[in-house]
Amino acid sequence: MPDPRLSLRGVTKSFGEVQVLRGIDMDIAAGEMVCLIGASGSGKSTLLRCMNGLEPVDDGAVLLDGVDIAEPGFDLGPIRQRIGIVFQSFNLFPHMTAYENVALAPRRVLGEDARARIEALFARFGLADHMAKYPDQLSGGQQQRVAVIRALAMRPQTMLLDEITSALDPELVGEVLDVLRQLRDDGMTMVLATHEMAFAREVADRVVFMDQGVVAEEGVPERIFSSPEQARTRQFLASVLR
Amino acid sequence: MKTFLTATILSLAATGAFAAGHCAAGKTLTDGTLTIATGNPAYYPWVLNDAPEAGEGFEAAVAYALAEEMGFAADAVTWVRTSFDEAIQPGAKNFDLNMQQYSITAERDKVVDFSAPYYTAPQAVMTTTPVVEGGATATMESLKGLKWGVVASTTALPVVMEQIQPSQSPLVYDDNANITAAMKAGQIDAALFDLPTALFTAAVLMDNGVVLGQFDPAAAENPDQFGMLMPEGSALKACVDEALAAMTENGTLAAIEAQWLQEATGVPLIK
Amino acid sequence: MTRRAAYEARQKRRANMIAGVSTAVVLALVVLLVPLAPGWEAVRSSFFNGEVFVRVFPDLLRAFVLDVAIFAWSVPLIFALGLAIALARGNTNPALFPLRIFGAVYVDLFRGIPVVLLVYLVGFGIPGLGLPRPWNSPYIWGTVALVLTYSAYVAEVLRSGIESIHASQRNAAICLGLSERDTMRYVILPQAIRRVVPANMNMLVALQKDVALLSFIGPVEILRQAGIFKSLLANFTPYVAAAVIFLCITVPATRYADYLMNRDRDARS
Ligand SMILES: Nc1ncnc2c1ncn2[C@@H]1O[C@H](COP(=O)(O)OP(=O)(O)OP(=O)(O)O)[C@@H](O)[C@H]1O
Ligand SMILES: [Mg+2]
Repeated sequence: MPDPRLSLRGVTKSFGEVQVLRGIDMDIAAGEMVCLIGASGSGKSTLLRCMNGLEPVDDGAVLLDGVDIAEPGFDLGPIRQRIGIVFQSFNLFPHMTAYENVALAPRRVLGEDARARIEALFARFGLADHMAKYPDQLSGGQQQRVAVIRALAMRPQTMLLDEITSALDPELVGEVLDVLRQLRDDGMTMVLATHEMAFAREVADRVVFMDQGVVAEEGVPERIFSSPEQARTRQFLASVLR
Repeated sequence: MKTFLTATILSLAATGAFAAGHCAAGKTLTDGTLTIATGNPAYYPWVLNDAPEAGEGFEAAVAYALAEEMGFAADAVTWVRTSFDEAIQPGAKNFDLNMQQYSITAERDKVVDFSAPYYTAPQAVMTTTPVVEGGATATMESLKGLKWGVVASTTALPVVMEQIQPSQSPLVYDDNANITAAMKAGQIDAALFDLPTALFTAAVLMDNGVVLGQFDPAAAENPDQFGMLMPEGSALKACVDEALAAMTENGTLAAIEAQWLQEATGVPLIK
Repeated sequence: MTRRAAYEARQKRRANMIAGVSTAVVLALVVLLVPLAPGWEAVRSSFFNGEVFVRVFPDLLRAFVLDVAIFAWSVPLIFALGLAIALARGNTNPALFPLRIFGAVYVDLFRGIPVVLLVYLVGFGIPGLGLPRPWNSPYIWGTVALVLTYSAYVAEVLRSGIESIHASQRNAAICLGLSERDTMRYVILPQAIRRVVPANMNMLVALQKDVALLSFIGPVEILRQAGIFKSLLANFTPYVAAAVIFLCITVPATRYADYLMNRDRDARS
């Protein structure tokens, strides 16, 4: 394996007495798409938030292109442009139009009027007609697509996506997943926490099953879904695939 | 002989009593004596040195002139002290007359009696030494250029607006304390009070207060008038009013006023 | 017209008619009954005296210009200072901890002191330290007193607005690489300020009335002018006239704010 884009080494994280991450080791190669699965509360979101420094880790290292961004006091500003993140909900700024949501960071952070590029992104993801709308004039699926576009407008090398479809009505999930498929085909490095098992199976290069703050099992989707080694993986899959 | 002597003394005394005013006879607290009350202490320029017996100061001088007019010799005048408020309450009094700058008001008149006015307070201009050093004088011309402050509810505002017509619009306050504060803050140059208030404020409340001049009281519309206070239903009132009328008539009152309130305080008339 | 639209139109006509009739009845009762009260003549001539009204109205209007001017130059100062204090209170930088303390003390202090006292204290006190003209003007220091009090209130209102914005908004902005400053300026504040518009409108209406407190330190604004007329004419109509002038400003202002907020809301749905 070439030098990984993102590496976690012995990452631990506690909230008060509760240890949420208990020594995570993980390597994510450039262009790889990794799906995090696991029960609610297993630590998927926390792990993603540690990957871009939104949540400071207690111990261990988070290496982005070999640089430890978990070093206390490390300036995360420039790093965050290289890692885009999209959350489950409350993503967009409600007082700005879809276009303004997307254009703000390129203008303020990159000092760039990225109009043409942004319009192209909207067009590509089927939202050309919705740029002037406010978030609450958009459907949930459209909102999440705008959130992805907003992250992409910063030209990130890596995208972290935290259950971005789980707050959506089932009929809207598809259009968002389509966007992720396109990103994958572009070769974007992605880490995706999801409950969409079928989707994970279809697109993931690798599936990571988390349980109680540790990586319980990982491997290519085929193997994880058809012949999981661990009992707890089997249990989890049985409960979600039922 | 003895009888004659007694009779003579009696008749002399009686003559004396009659001389002490056919009008006031028998109407004073103590026969043959006029008991006058003043403040405790009594203030300049109304009474000098807190010693009314000396007859110095405007009210002290008026008191002795009045007594004389009513037929009391100077040594037939007795002074007592009362507080301002106590004298204005209804009830029995230990004086025939009380003089301490009581303004005649309709409300007070319901519980006590007032003589005819013995003094009409003119409006006076109070200012500060820096303003005077800056060239302010007791002339209308000079007053126009000053920044004025007045109390809203007094008659001072119309006087300032109509007579002085200042070049800058005046500032208006609720009471004298606020005017004093504004003057200390340098926000106003001059304020219009009745003369006694101006004198008191300049001397007591201000550090550098000066009474620049006074307006001719005769010109005022609704002047503040001081009257002698007497117990309600006093039999003496008619005599006092009669005597005051005579004193006004013959210029005695004006002369006393000129001596003690203009010359003594040195407040010139505004020209 | 759909069945539903026809039904709604009928309902609306009916509601308008009922509202119109009941309003007319109440007005008629007031107009007919109040003058029958035994003291009405006296009340009318001392509070609703047409002659006095006409006589004092132009002067009151002229005095009201001063109220409007004081209001107009106070408002930007109040909001600028209020915002600065709110931000000072909200900052988490340890180096700026003194600023945070200062913000807290400022708010407690100036919300706690009655405006009148502050008007006297600042209006007479600070010039009394020996400022030369025109820097000792009661207009300046009276305004400062209003600004001190009202910026403390506005700071609290803004801070509550800032705190009401969901943490995920801040996270989303930070994750895009926006600086703390830009996050506050472009993401948090615009939402927070919108959210507290009603509270701030109430504040402005209160301020418009409190401007009259400046009359305590000299300026002849509308209430003082009305008071002068009252003692001059021994009649309360000047105050009624002043109230009319005030209402002409405050009622449309509050209605306009309501309108703005409704428009904002409608644009979103
Ligand atoms: N800010 C926080 N403070 C305290 N506890 C937290 C915090 N964030 C997460 N936790 C706790 O950490 C644990 C892991 O949470 P996390 O959100 O990472 O789980 P998850 O795997 O993403 O679950 P889900 O599938 O429901 O999103 C949970 O028990 C949660 O309650
Ligand atoms: Mg989660």
